[in-house]
Amino acid sequence: MTGPYLEVRDLGKRYGNIIALAGVSTRVHPGTVTCVLGDNGAGKSTLIKIFAGVHQHDEGELLVDGAQARFASPRDALDRGIATVYQDLALVPLMSVWRNFFLGNEPTRGFGPWRRFDVRLARQTTRRELAAMGIDIRDPDQPVGQLSGGERQSVAIARAVHFGARVLVLDEPTSALGVKQAGVVLRYIVQARERGLAVVFITHNPHHAYPVGDRFLILNRGRSLGDFAKAEVSRDELTQLMAGGAELEALSHELELLRPPSPS
Amino acid sequence: MATVTARRGRPDGPEAYDERLGRVGLGRRLLARPELGAGVGAVAVFAFFAVYTDQFATARGIGNMLDPAATLGIMAVVVALLMIGGEFDLSAGVMTASSGLVIAMLTTEAGLNVWPAILLALAFGALVGLANGLLVVRTGLPSFIVTLGTFLVLQGLNLGVTKVVTGTVQVGGVHRTEGYDSAFAMFARTFSIAGGDYRITILWWLGVTALATWVLLRTRAGNWVFSVGGNPAAARSVGVPVARTKVLLFVTVSVTAALVGAMLVLRLRSVQANQGIGDEFQFIIAAVIGGCLLTGGYGSAVGAAVGALIFGMAKQGIVFAGWDSDWFQLFLGVLLLLAAMLNHYVRWRAEARR
Repeated sequence: MTGPYLEVRDLGKRYGNIIALAGVSTRVHPGTVTCVLGDNGAGKSTLIKIFAGVHQHDEGELLVDGAQARFASPRDALDRGIATVYQDLALVPLMSVWRNFFLGNEPTRGFGPWRRFDVRLARQTTRRELAAMGIDIRDPDQPVGQLSGGERQSVAIARAVHFGARVLVLDEPTSALGVKQAGVVLRYIVQARERGLAVVFITHNPHHAYPVGDRFLILNRGRSLGDFAKAEVSRDELTQLMAGGAELEALSHELELLRPPSPS
Repeated sequence: MATVTARRGRPDGPEAYDERLGRVGLGRRLLARPELGAGVGAVAVFAFFAVYTDQFATARGIGNMLDPAATLGIMAVVVALLMIGGEFDLSAGVMTASSGLVIAMLTTEAGLNVWPAILLALAFGALVGLANGLLVVRTGLPSFIVTLGTFLVLQGLNLGVTKVVTGTVQVGGVHRTEGYDSAFAMFARTFSIAGGDYRITILWWLGVTALATWVLLRTRAGNWVFSVGGNPAAARSVGVPVARTKVLLFVTVSVTAALVGAMLVLRLRSVQANQGIGDEFQFIIAAVIGGCLLTGGYGSAVGAAVGALIFGMAKQGIVFAGWDSDWFQLFLGVLLLLAAMLNHYVRWRAEARR
């Protein structure tokens, strides 16, 4: 078995005297999904920013393909094959799907003043790449603004895969979506996994994480509550851990008391 | 055109057939084009004046209507590029006068040949564009305010410097200087074809429109222009040089304004210090009629050129019809409102989720 492509050991990050992240360890193998679960303020965004090269860690180790690494910039992380798809997706709504797909990485043909955007190649590649991900876009010429939330997410994922991502870091890809659309995106996550990518799936929803995840890292207030393989944890345990078990029970008890007596 | 087949035909065979993709009717397809409003408007205005007046649809009439449309059109096209990139330039109108004054003073007062004077005027334009662009991207202030500032600065310079140098508010006598004839042949001469007189600026207008269209639709830079106007944050995060793209757009507009200034001073042989004020709105109006959104990210160079053509036709048509030229403003206002509403609808359609 090959080693993990991306691994963190006792990772820590401070902003001044605020400890944003401490003692976090997990790993992502190619062809697996590692879910990072946590409520708001748990340190998920800090971890993403370290993976994406926006911030650098202060403690612990970050390993890429078994070797110590430290990303100086987002470009650096991207060059190591780590692509981050943020919630805002970095898409331009008024531009067509294919123009968005190649934005910033336009293929060209010709030389000197005749160097031009290879529009035909861009259209065909976009259609082919989306189809390979099982994404069915009606017409690559339609503006991205006309796509549904799930479709936009999938275009952003397919774009990252096409441009050589080995690790796909997805920041809350399902959080703004309805049940059906979230299901569509989960299917693309599985697709990416089947294509041999290492996927880091950040979410606060254990019901989205459990069916697709192979490994689960649970964060709470900047600290790790555990890093489990799927066999070691059940869906209910995951939910409990995430919400800080006892608190959730107290809450449901409180809500019970608020319920008015039924009329019948 | 090969690209049309690639777009509507199915290059990857019948398996790509999708039953949800109903046949797109010609009407709907046209509606998705930013040039639609301008195209329909141009045909309607032409038809109206061709029927209403006798001289309009003649060689002379066409030559007369294309003349003002050409210089306006050159500016409208580059202003459209800037607007697609999400910015405005209110200093572009006054810049044409500044350029004319630079050329006129350098030739008549400093005794320079016309050609180097034109080059210096273009360099001055590049400098003004660079100042506009850097101020906008560095401060993050709206370009509306920044270029309103440069508009006033240039207006003040035009009047102040002209008065100091010549003692009047105009500079004349450019046609008596060295190099005038060859420069005139390049930028201002007329051709007679079948009884109509056509200015060479019409060729410049067509050339600028073709070049801008090619850059916009078929180069990386064009893709970047759309993206920096449509969603600058997204463009930045995928590696588009947003600041550089915007600065270069401002430089393009100011240098083109300097070029148009040269065309005007060579034709008129003199330049008024208060010339060009208010023209910047005509450029913007022509671009909006041509389908540009005021919010950026959408528009077309061909549309802006057609928008300028509508201007030229209406201006000349009103003269031929014997109406008071004040009616031109009313016509403009109505046209602008209609165009803005149509663009708003087109944008709403483009962004509506299915």
